Amino acid sequence: MNQPTDNHWPLTEALESRESIRLAKSYGLFVNGQFIRSSGSKKYWTINPANEKRLSRITESTPKDVDRAVRAARNCYEKHWSRMKPSERGKYIYRIARLIQEQSRELAILETLDGGKPIRESRDIDIPLAAAHFFYYAGWADKLKYAFPNRNPRPLGVAAQVIPWNFPLLMAAWKIAPALACGNTVVLKPAETTSLTALKLAEIIQQADLPAGAVNIITGHGPVGQSLIQHPDVDKIAFTGSTHVGKSIQTALATSGKRSTLELGGKAANIIFADAPIDQAVEGVVNGIYFNQGHVCCAGSRLFVEESVYDQVIEKIKDRIDTLRVGEPLDKNTDIGAINSKKQLAIIDQYIELGTAEGAHLYQPDCPLPDSGFWCLPTMFTDVSQSNRISREEIFGPVLAVQTFRTVAEVIKKANNTRYGLSAGVWTNKGSKIFNMTSQLKAGVIWANTYNQFDPASPFGGYKESGFGREGGLHGLAAYLALK
Amino acid sequence: MAKTNKTRSAQLENQRLPVLKTYKMFIGGTFPRTESGRYYAPKVKGQSLGNFCLASRKDLRNSVVAARSAQPGWAARSGYNRSQILYRMAEMLEGRHGQMVDELRLQGATNRQAISEVNLSIERAVYYAGWCDKFQQVFSSVNPVASQHFNFSLLEPTGVVFHVASENQPLLGLVSLVLPIIASGNTVVCLASENKPMSAISLTEAIATSDVPAGVVNVLTGHLDELSAHFSSHLDINSIALNRFNSKQGNRTVRSIREQAVENLKRVKEYDQNWTPTNRQNPYLIADFCEVKTTWHPIEKISAAGSPY
Amino acid sequence: MKPRIRPSYSPPIDQVGVVQRANRFTNRSIKGDAKMQGLKMVLSMIDLTTLEGMDTPGKVRQLCTKALHLHDQVANLPHVAAVCVYPNFVALAKQKLAGTEVKVASVATAFPSGHSSLELKLAEVQYALESGADEIDMVISRGRFHSGDFNYVFDEISAVKEACGSTRLKVILETGELGTFDKVRHASDLAMEAGADFIKTSTGKIKPAATMPVTLVMLQAIRDYHRRTGRQVGMKPAGGISKSKLALHYLVMVQETLGTAWLDNHWFRFGASSLANDVLMQIVKQQTGQYQSADHFSVD
Repeated sequence: MNQPTDNHWPLTEALESRESIRLAKSYGLFVNGQFIRSSGSKKYWTINPANEKRLSRITESTPKDVDRAVRAARNCYEKHWSRMKPSERGKYIYRIARLIQEQSRELAILETLDGGKPIRESRDIDIPLAAAHFFYYAGWADKLKYAFPNRNPRPLGVAAQVIPWNFPLLMAAWKIAPALACGNTVVLKPAETTSLTALKLAEIIQQADLPAGAVNIITGHGPVGQSLIQHPDVDKIAFTGSTHVGKSIQTALATSGKRSTLELGGKAANIIFADAPIDQAVEGVVNGIYFNQGHVCCAGSRLFVEESVYDQVIEKIKDRIDTLRVGEPLDKNTDIGAINSKKQLAIIDQYIELGTAEGAHLYQPDCPLPDSGFWCLPTMFTDVSQSNRISREEIFGPVLAVQTFRTVAEVIKKANNTRYGLSAGVWTNKGSKIFNMTSQLKAGVIWANTYNQFDPASPFGGYKESGFGREGGLHGLAAYLALK
Repeated sequence: MAKTNKTRSAQLENQRLPVLKTYKMFIGGTFPRTESGRYYAPKVKGQSLGNFCLASRKDLRNSVVAARSAQPGWAARSGYNRSQILYRMAEMLEGRHGQMVDELRLQGATNRQAISEVNLSIERAVYYAGWCDKFQQVFSSVNPVASQHFNFSLLEPTGVVFHVASENQPLLGLVSLVLPIIASGNTVVCLASENKPMSAISLTEAIATSDVPAGVVNVLTGHLDELSAHFSSHLDINSIALNRFNSKQGNRTVRSIREQAVENLKRVKEYDQNWTPTNRQNPYLIADFCEVKTTWHPIEKISAAGSPY
Repeated sequence: MKPRIRPSYSPPIDQVGVVQRANRFTNRSIKGDAKMQGLKMVLSMIDLTTLEGMDTPGKVRQLCTKALHLHDQVANLPHVAAVCVYPNFVALAKQKLAGTEVKVASVATAFPSGHSSLELKLAEVQYALESGADEIDMVISRGRFHSGDFNYVFDEISAVKEACGSTRLKVILETGELGTFDKVRHASDLAMEAGADFIKTSTGKIKPAATMPVTLVMLQAIRDYHRRTGRQVGMKPAGGISKSKLALHYLVMVQETLGTAWLDNHWFRFGASSLANDVLMQIVKQQTGQYQSADHFSVD
């Protein structure tokens, strides 16, 4: 045939420009509507996990700072926020949504720089969803009594919120938006490795001119979160993160019995039946486990394939894995970015070693990785069984464990055979089978013939040790209201 | 067997030797004695109520096994069916009205209080019978997501619930939580009022004849402080329903229950002791023992005008 | 007629999932060298097409000239893969393109509806072949397909392929008339098993014509067929692709679904008439950095 003869068509790097970024050398704490200095002097560097370069200095809050933030929140709650006309509260929250939309480019780039996730995801998923969340809950502010007929919904007071590093801005939105809409004020602590977008959100909240103290953002490591959660003057605790930390928080709350919502880990089953739309299922599996480097509590980390289609499914997954581009998160063509931290990479690597040691069969694509930064290839283990640790423990990385099954009853049993219950996926073309599966699976979110979909109107949260309470939708309001 | 006031007076009047009742527990639809062979004799105004089983950790274990195995089947029944069974409970209770009143009086209530508590308890059974096939419509939702998906949320029972019954209202307190707990398809293990366990046992006798499947409701009698560590740490219990205490000792117990419930993240729900007000019956109590499950499914996009793709 | 193995099962297709996956390809950013290479690849894959009731020898002659002289101001441009015409213009096109590598493709089998007898269809194919057609673009009998007469559709394709001999046969499914992706997948499997060398989305006469999701479904059918039988089948989306950016996204889709073995005009074609000029404008823009006007590029 005629030219071109070279079929190889490599996509050149398409870097998102960093020009629009306004990044301070150092950040204080956002308390009572102002950026303030800590009472202490400790700061630490937040780095770009894709190259380990320093980005900005973040404040390590002291217990005194925490107290100051809680007092600011209390003061604002008593004097302004709880007394304000609900429709006015709503308008403030709408403002936040709009400002996030306006500054979405900058937020997306920062999210990617600080957290390592591909710009495609921060741009198309994290930031738009964060804005949508504020927009959705803004509208609830003056309609709460319609959500809970025959109750008199009242705000709780000051909400202490601690969020993880996997969806920094989005988790902040999930927490702050409903809390504010219900009339509570907030002290939020972002994860230590990903504080930048929360601090940008603080700037946005300033621009939106919210009453000082309605939202306070304090930064630092675990102990800061601990002292926030144990502060005697908070009324409500909301935490998203590991099951381990969640349990220690809940233990700390035993004395006071304060209200809490916990959104913790998962080990979701994703189930492919032989009659499934196989190519879309494979896409769902790949999206289910490799989205955000697998740093997703609802990641479909356990794949169950009906044995009669096992070979073709595995082949197709391998094909698909081979097309994934791992590398510079700011490259618009990157599918899998950097692992969020050295610590997390070490955990993932340990599990990959463990999987091999347990006798499972490892598959990784042949894909070059950058020299610096924290990286993990998309990984699939086959020949796995329920007894293997890689199919029981949450890895929080791009590691898929594949098992086979023969019957509906068998796969229900195996899928529910976990201490977790956050999410599950099922793929079949048969309607009655879908309804059976979705009602049998013990999980808070079930994706049927799709996976990893999120929406502010859709409640999210787990059964069993994946936590309690729901975020999102009408049901997400209950966590921030007293219903007398 | 200890003699009760009633049997004593009966003896005097009729010169007939009454048959005394052995109070047993209710586990898996049967009435076993405690495997431990232990008993206790709670007293009201100095008079013993009789001998009651002092449940052991093994009794607890057996009752959780019974509750767990009954749970999927109970949840799988239609709301209509559960509704009829709860209504049947009301019918059975009505038939035992006099007995229930007598026993409440024995346990210290005035005649008026006793009648009112029994009446309210029966009303409550009728009330929750009506909710079994309706609460889902009140609490579930179709969620208008922005993508091409059908998305809905509904309630599912949490699983096995442990219920520490109200101390003060041995009948009403018990039914006021047992009914909303089982209405959605949970099964329950109750620890009867420690000092007034008699009504709970008689209630189980009504339940046993109400078409309630074996294991759906289980009742233990005994000491809270002996059992609390065991049920709060039991990994096959999903939720705990408590009545708040006003004592320091009670608060300590609650705190330790909360602490030990953390290991498998039991949902611990705490309520005020007074179950008399009518607003203490509401469907939100059913929702308290449910999980919200959200399901997504794509919606194919083809209209009369054809496919946009 | 050689007996062929019929596919026992075409997997169901979830439309929403396909659309989501297809959208993913449009997020690929194609810049710099990759863009230039891609644009040239697109040019080389075009089947320059005229299939009008008002086609005349004059129109066909002009089209052939365009095929050979896309934009002579730019050096080292590839020419298009083929011109695609009605059977009665094959001889003329063949004559105009003699001595070049540009192929002449002829539609046949009662294009575009496919409503005729098998006999007449075979005669038409014979006529096109005798006129010198290098490739035959047939349409499937959608009426028969919708009636569930899959054997008829299968046998008809087999018969046409037998008539074609070594001449490559493109089988047009007319996806806009099939109605669901499930049927597109089924028809794709049927056509390949019956001997198609290429499967093609559309005649260009029905809307929707080619779209990325429908093409993706067909590409996946090709991949599965290749895996099952080892035989490579080509793909031709036709109609509705007029912008170079969209064409590049198609190429990304081909590369990530089938691999680089299909990135070549032997295995992938665009059925299009106005796409070429948009690609040319992009190429010149890439070279000069200057935004272009349509009037600077010849329209034939």
